[in-house]
Amino acid sequence: MRLGLVFGEAANGLRRNITMVISVVLVTFISLTFVGAAILLQFQINQMKGYWYDRAQVTISLCTDIDSSGTCAQAEATEEQKSAIEAQLESDTLAPFIERFDFEDHELAYENFKVSFEGSPLVDLASPEFLPESFRVKLIDPNQATVLVESLSGMPGVQSVVDQRQYLDGIFDILNAASYAAIGLATLMLIAAVLLIATTIRLSAFSRRREIGIMRLVGASNRFIQTPFILEGVFASLIGSLLAGAAIVALVQFFVRGYLLDTIGNSIGLIGMGDALVVVPILIALGGVLAAASAGFAITRYLKV
Amino acid sequence: MIRFDTVTKSYPRNSRPALNGVSMEILKGEFVFLVGASGSGKSSFLRLVLKEEKPTKGQIHVLGQQLNTLTSRKVPYFRRNLGVVFQDFRLLPQKTVFDNVAFSLQVIGKSKGFIQEAVPDVLKMVGLAGKSSRFPHELSGGEQQRVAIARAIVNKPAILLADEPTGNLDPATSAGIMTLLERINLGGTTVIMATHDVGIVDQMKRRVIELTDGRIVRDERRGGYQTQAIPVQGFGLASTERASTERPSTEGAGA
Repeated sequence: MRLGLVFGEAANGLRRNITMVISVVLVTFISLTFVGAAILLQFQINQMKGYWYDRAQVTISLCTDIDSSGTCAQAEATEEQKSAIEAQLESDTLAPFIERFDFEDHELAYENFKVSFEGSPLVDLASPEFLPESFRVKLIDPNQATVLVESLSGMPGVQSVVDQRQYLDGIFDILNAASYAAIGLATLMLIAAVLLIATTIRLSAFSRRREIGIMRLVGASNRFIQTPFILEGVFASLIGSLLAGAAIVALVQFFVRGYLLDTIGNSIGLIGMGDALVVVPILIALGGVLAAASAGFAITRYLKV
Repeated sequence: MIRFDTVTKSYPRNSRPALNGVSMEILKGEFVFLVGASGSGKSSFLRLVLKEEKPTKGQIHVLGQQLNTLTSRKVPYFRRNLGVVFQDFRLLPQKTVFDNVAFSLQVIGKSKGFIQEAVPDVLKMVGLAGKSSRFPHELSGGEQQRVAIARAIVNKPAILLADEPTGNLDPATSAGIMTLLERINLGGTTVIMATHDVGIVDQMKRRVIELTDGRIVRDERRGGYQTQAIPVQGFGLASTERASTERPSTEGAGA
């Protein structure tokens, strides 16, 4: 009886205020889609970090005949210099950090180069002796690359010591910036959504001020008076949240797992449907809580005794 | 039933208080007229009883509750013991007579069965038995006021507050409304009615409380609209003297 009355009142309010309700639905839909996209982007960054940092190595490039940078003086690294570097890598100071290391000679470097730059005119220009020999070091903890860089940089025959993660960090910085931009936009849109919900509820309450006046007069409890309005706001915003959830699922299904997977393959560790399904309940909860809070706040003015 | 202890009510931006040190008591089953010029404090008095306002100073007891200590959560439950009627009826135009009365029971959580029994009973009592499916705009002013009274008493309140209930009605219709209020009073309900209607007050010979500038200047059993006997007062001589002089310059004194 009572519940039916409360829901009936809420449905009445929704019907009477249909244009405002539609705008609430749309604004929550768009703002929460931005929130969801930002969360997905963060998931993607973490996934890629895990995937790539696992594979990132420290490359110790050796001198070639034509090189004068580092400790090189246009002289190929000698066998003694290579053994000294190898000994250093196997020494007690560095060995605990190193999982394994491989040596890449001119021929192997050239093969790898041909694979990496296949189809590019660079391949025709390159020849094995231009490409430096190198040690490829896999660290146990990729964060400790500086130890290697510091202890090996100055050694004779070493052209450079490069932590490959520094190339990845650039990509992650761009993705991070994109996700912060999405969060910034989402915040602005969410503020608009909250204000719009508050305005909608005030309008709704204003159009029912006679009923509210009588309800207060005859002693209806505050909870009874405010619940229909809160339900009204929550309902409108939940529709928006569900639409946003659907948009996020569609984004992952058709763009990430469809288009991106087809064009670049899964070599970088793309997020999957599991991640999308984590985001959807977050969006629904966020939409519901924000709507309930702003509607509840908007209606308190009509409940002062 | 209702007791005011030196109650003062001031509104912001108004140095003259609406009620100024009012003390009085109304007992169970009484019928009280509240008279006085516009702005003398009648409406403030009713609003204070309803706890729509808080007194600036003093204490109010209604139905054994001290209103100052009543939390805002409990105010709705307190109000269920009071019925209120206004000059402008305040009916819901899109609801029928039956639904208008039923609405006040629905919103306090009464069962469907109770509503189906209580509403026809009360409509019969106010003389609207055959008109329960009419809309307010199809009724005369007197009938609309009867609906408002039915809504106010359907929950059997201990106190009925009426703020100029006959203010919009012609004398004959007003007499009918007064007969109804009298009958409600005979049923044990305390009735407090603010009014400007000289004829009604003079004819009914009930307790009259007269307010002037927020003070009680007369509290008379079986009184008329104008002073006919020596004012009977519950408190200080000074206020009697002040009331007898024409509009004393109390500006600033009360602030």
